[in-house]
Amino acid sequence: MIVARTGNEAMAEAMRQINPDVVAAYPITPATEVVQLFSKFVHDGQVDTQFVPAESEHSAISACVGASSTGARVMTSTASQGIALMHEILFIASGLRLPIVICLVNRALSSPINIHCDHSDSLASRDSGWIQIFTENTQEAYDTTIIAVKVAEAASLPAMVTTDGFIISHGMERVELVDDEAVPKFLGERKIQHSLLDVDNPKTFGALDLQDYFFEHKRSEIDAMDHVLPIIEKVQDEYGKLSGRHYPLVDEYRMDDAEVAILCMGSTGGTGKVAVERLREQGKKVGLVRCRVYRPFPKEAMVAALAKAKVVGVLDRSDTMSTLGGHLYNDARSILYDSDMRPHLKNYVYGLGGRDISIEDIESIYKELFAIQKTGKVDKDIVYFGVRGE
Amino acid sequence: MAKLKELAAQKEKFVGGHRGCAGCGAAIVARQVLMAAENPVVVGAATGCLEVFSTIYPYSAWNVPYIHNAFENVAATMAGVEAGYRALKAKGKVKKDLRFIAFAGDGGTYDIGLQALSGMIERRHRVLYVCYNNEAYMNTGIQRSSATPRGAHTTTSPAGKVVPGKLQLRKNLTEIVIAHEPAYAAQATFAYWNDLVTKVRKALDADGPSFINVYAPCRLGWAYAPEKTVKVSKLSVETCIWPLYEYENGTYRISVKPKEKKPITEFLNMQGRFGHLFNWKDDVPVKEYQAEVDFIWERLLKRSEAAG
Repeated sequence: MIVARTGNEAMAEAMRQINPDVVAAYPITPATEVVQLFSKFVHDGQVDTQFVPAESEHSAISACVGASSTGARVMTSTASQGIALMHEILFIASGLRLPIVICLVNRALSSPINIHCDHSDSLASRDSGWIQIFTENTQEAYDTTIIAVKVAEAASLPAMVTTDGFIISHGMERVELVDDEAVPKFLGERKIQHSLLDVDNPKTFGALDLQDYFFEHKRSEIDAMDHVLPIIEKVQDEYGKLSGRHYPLVDEYRMDDAEVAILCMGSTGGTGKVAVERLREQGKKVGLVRCRVYRPFPKEAMVAALAKAKVVGVLDRSDTMSTLGGHLYNDARSILYDSDMRPHLKNYVYGLGGRDISIEDIESIYKELFAIQKTGKVDKDIVYFGVRGE
Repeated sequence: MAKLKELAAQKEKFVGGHRGCAGCGAAIVARQVLMAAENPVVVGAATGCLEVFSTIYPYSAWNVPYIHNAFENVAATMAGVEAGYRALKAKGKVKKDLRFIAFAGDGGTYDIGLQALSGMIERRHRVLYVCYNNEAYMNTGIQRSSATPRGAHTTTSPAGKVVPGKLQLRKNLTEIVIAHEPAYAAQATFAYWNDLVTKVRKALDADGPSFINVYAPCRLGWAYAPEKTVKVSKLSVETCIWPLYEYENGTYRISVKPKEKKPITEFLNMQGRFGHLFNWKDDVPVKEYQAEVDFIWERLLKRSEAAG
C-alpha cells in the first residue's frame, strides 16, 4: 500500500503493525505524535498493547525494562531531553540484555533550549550498549522500525531507530507499507531464556555484581555487540525479500569512481545525494557515504567505502565538545588508522539546533574537497560550517 | 487472622544467609511480607540496603522472581512488569494469577522515588508498594532523608555544637499516598506481625494500587543493640510515633491502639541517634517531635472515630 506519511506517522504505523505487548512512553517535541497516534490505535482497539502513559521519560524507560523482563515485546519513543532523562536506564536495559526498541526523533540537547534537529541527543547515548540506526527518510524510518525489533530480539540487545526532528518527523513523503499481516509473521514471537513471570523457576534479575563477576558480564555484553552486524545484514536481507527494499549497513552512493566524497548520517544523506547528481551532471566524480548503522560501528564496510575516495568531508550534526570535532569524524579517523588506503579527512560540523543545510551548501563543500585533492593538504581539519563569524 | 504455625510451616520465600546486619529490620519486613502472600508473587526492589545485602551475585536470598532496576524507579519498573503480565495473560502465555510487590527504603520512596510512586498509583497499576522505612539513607551510611525525624543525628544532619541533628519534621508520606485514593494503604511494623500479615493480604487482594509503610528499625543507623530491634519496633507503636492504621474505601481505621500512650522519650532514649537531645541546652527538639506525634495521633483518632 502506498500512502503519504510524516516520519512520526510512519513510525507509529510501523508500531501499529508490530502490535507490541507493552508501550510505555512520555510525549516530547518532536516525537510527541508517535506516542499520540499510538495511543489512538490503543483506544480504537487496533492493537492489543498495554499502553503505560508514564509520568516521565525516566519512568517510561523504567517500565519498559520491567515489561521486557517478563518476555513481552516492548517499544517506546522519545527525543532530546527525553533520551537524556532516560540515560541512566539505557545502560541497565542493555546490561540486562532486553530488546526494547526506541523510536528516537533527533533534537538538539539543551542548553540553549531548542526543539530542532541535531544528533547531540542520540550521540550522547552512543556508548550505552544500544544498537543505533540512523534513517534518511520516512520510508526508511518505517522499514527500520520493523527491522529493529527483529534485530534487537535476535541479538538480545536494545535498539534505537532515529529520524531527524522536523525534517523527517514532520515532513510528509510517499511511503510504501508492508501488509498488516506480513509484519507479525516477519517478526515471529519473541523467544526468551528467562521470564520474570516464571514463578516456578524464580530468577534474580539485576543482582549486585561486584569485582568477582562484573567484568565477565560486561565482556559478554561487548561480545553480543560484536555479533550484531551479521544479524542486521541477515534481517535486512529477509526484509528486502518481503518488501523489495534492501538496506545496507553503510549506504554508498555513486562511490565506485568517486574521487571526493562526503560522509554523513540521517536526512542530510538525501540532500547530499541531490548535490551528487548535480555535480555528476557537470562531470565531477563525487560520491556520498551515509552511515546508517552507527552502533555497532560497521568498521569493515565503512573502511571499504571511504577508501574509494581520495578526500572525504565528514559531516557531523553534533560536536563532541572535546576540541576533536564531531562523533562521526572521530570514528572515521579511528577506523582508517590501520588502513592502507587513507583518504584525507576534513570535518564539517553543521546544522546544530536545526540550522538548515542546502544542496548548494553541500556543493560548496565538494568544491572545497576538490581543492584539497589538488593541493594534497587539509588546511584546517575541523570547521564549523554555516555558523556566523567562522 | 494469620496462624503463626501455618506461616512458620511455609517454604521460605526470602531465605537466610544474606548479608543483612544482625538485627536488621528491613530483612524482617521482606520475610514477613512474603510470608503473607497467598498467590505467587513477583518482587522488585529499589537500590538500597535490602537490594544490596540480598542479591550479591552469584547468590540471591529471593526464592521468588526478583528484579532490581535502579534507585528511583521501582514503582515504574513494577508498573511495567504488571503491564507485561496483563499483556501476556491476555494472550494466554501466562496462566497463573500473580501478584506484584515493590520494596524500597524511605530514600527510594519518600525522596528520589516519589514521582514514580505517584505515577504508579495514579495509573492504577495493581502493585503492592512496601516502603521499609528506617528513616535515613542507611545504605550509603546514615544520611538524612525526608523521613528522618526532628532531632535525629545522621551523617548529613549531625548532632553539632550549635545544631542538634535534623531541624525539620518528617514528611507524612502515608497521607500523601492516601491523597491518591489508592485501593488500600496502611502503616505497619513487624513487632505486630499479625497486623502486618493481615494488611499485606488485604493489600494484595485489593484490585488496584496499594501501599504499606512499614517502620523498620535499623540497629546501625539508630544506634541500639541488635537484639533490641523488635522492642524498638514495639515502642514506636506504644509511643504513637508510628501509628498502625489503614485506609480503604475512604475510611481510616486504627488497627492497634496502645493501651497507654507512652511519652516519646521512652523510644528516643533507647537510641544513640537521639542521645545528644538528652544533654542539649533545652528540650525544644524533643518537644517539637512530641507535638508532631500528638498532632498526627489526635487527627488519626478523629478520622477513625468519624468512620465509626
